Amino acid sequence: MKEVTTGNHAVSYGAMLSRAQVIAAYPITPQTQIVELLSNFCATGKLKAKFLKVESEHSVMAASIGASLAGARAFTATSGQGLALMHEMIHWAANGRLPIVMADVNRSMAPGWSIWTDQNDSLSQRDTGWIQLYCESSQEVTDSIIQGFKIAEKVYLPVMVILDAFVLSHTSEVIDLPDIKLVDKYLPPFKARDMMDMKNPRAFGGLVTPDFNFELKYKIQEAMNQTIPVAKWADREFKRILGRSYGIIEAYKCEKADTILVTSGTITSTSRYVINQLHAQGKKNVGILKIRMFRPFPAKEVVAVLSKAKKVAVIDRNIGYGVGGIFCQEVKAAFGNEKKHPEFFNFITGIGGRDVTPKDIQGIIDYTETHKKPKEDIIWVGLRK
Amino acid sequence: MIEIRFHGRGGQGAVVASEILANAFFFEDNSVQTFPEFGVERRGAPVAAYLRIDKSQVLVRCKIYEPDHIIVLDPTLLNAVDVTVGLKPGGWILVNSNHKPDELGFPSKFRVATIDATSLAIKYHLGPRTSPIVNTAILGAFSNISQFMPIKVSMKSICGAIKKKVPIQRENNIKAAKEAYNMVIIDKELCKAK
Repeated sequence: MKEVTTGNHAVSYGAMLSRAQVIAAYPITPQTQIVELLSNFCATGKLKAKFLKVESEHSVMAASIGASLAGARAFTATSGQGLALMHEMIHWAANGRLPIVMADVNRSMAPGWSIWTDQNDSLSQRDTGWIQLYCESSQEVTDSIIQGFKIAEKVYLPVMVILDAFVLSHTSEVIDLPDIKLVDKYLPPFKARDMMDMKNPRAFGGLVTPDFNFELKYKIQEAMNQTIPVAKWADREFKRILGRSYGIIEAYKCEKADTILVTSGTITSTSRYVINQLHAQGKKNVGILKIRMFRPFPAKEVVAVLSKAKKVAVIDRNIGYGVGGIFCQEVKAAFGNEKKHPEFFNFITGIGGRDVTPKDIQGIIDYTETHKKPKEDIIWVGLRK
Repeated sequence: MIEIRFHGRGGQGAVVASEILANAFFFEDNSVQTFPEFGVERRGAPVAAYLRIDKSQVLVRCKIYEPDHIIVLDPTLLNAVDVTVGLKPGGWILVNSNHKPDELGFPSKFRVATIDATSLAIKYHLGPRTSPIVNTAILGAFSNISQFMPIKVSMKSICGAIKKKVPIQRENNIKAAKEAYNMVIIDKELCKAK
């Protein structure tokens, strides 16, 4: 059923269609509408879930961990400062191998106090063992929540589905809400492989000596390695049953591209708009590589697409202070042992919610095409100096 | 693609107006995208909302800087903000005002229509008399002027969207919109000239 809805409500619908069983929540702008609608779904019986209002984001994740350990399908959502407060429990969820799905509405970290978007909140969690999916449309948000559970419950790692504050969270657009019967077919009820059992009481999260802990961490990396084929399978199954697919990355109009933009989040969508116009004018030497899955980082897939290009312009709406754009670092690292690599240009833009326009994207393309090499390590777009 | 910018004051329903109009265009098989000015809103302070309409999927995701048309929900905004900033030549300005279009002093490169939406909102008890909710009335007026635009929207769709998006007093909101459709004052001369 087609509907006009916001990115935030697309998250709520995704959780409802996935039949989440426990939702622990603490509101934070710009995420509030997500849990508001979920609370409504629970109150009106549209979603048969336990809705837990807790006292902080740290408690949100603690409650989600408890629910997941008890064998429930657990969902939550947060943003920016809330995600940061959760940080200890974020590690806990992944190290505990719990298939929790959480939406993060990207919000710039304070100070300066902000409610607007950039990716530094979610990227600060990149090494916690969570799978990360970055979305460019409300449709992709709903679908990624559903796919998220499919992936999480297969590899026993939590999944973070990420959307831009306001540009997606508060923007209404047309989405096709999947039929819940088809979602049921895609995502059967969660049966935990190992959960709390009142008849067989055990402790969880106890002391692990150096004799064993190394291997536990190794297994997380092993699960991350499995995640790439599993996510591809989950996406294929989604296509088969629900008719849409996204890939873990997407090469868009790269067939004749010697310059490729690397994008994530809503910047991908605006870049498509620019590239479509260029291609319509007969200029077909620019394409896009959208990175949807950032963790695990699909290095092999990224190299396969980008190695055909002469120049790669990575657009980062984030910054690893003292290094540069975080997506750019990862893309470059993927080429570490390759004999040949394209020339990398790192553009940083849209920090703190600064608008990213088609003109900005065109400027990025123009700079890349007119320079043999970048003049600076970081090329700032839209910065007032 | 058509881009519309709404100007209102916090509490008048500019954001909801944009959502209702988005739904109305959606009912007519258009792709739509609507969003408020990103940030915090205060009652009475100037606010803006944005709407994109296209036959194919709307991909661009940034603010609207050069709208095709603007809709002004509060006449006092004309003295407070430059509502026409970025407005494309030939674009429509639909204003809630009890004046005639040529009395508002807009440059001749724009097309102007007025509707006394405040009186209609008061007549149909939409919101308190001191701060009437004018958003549904002004959309009725918009439906009329849309016949001069490349993408039109019918009163049937406007009424359907009001039913869907307005939680209370649906019938009175629809009456106000229908009356506004017939009451809107269009500068016919200007209309022909473009």
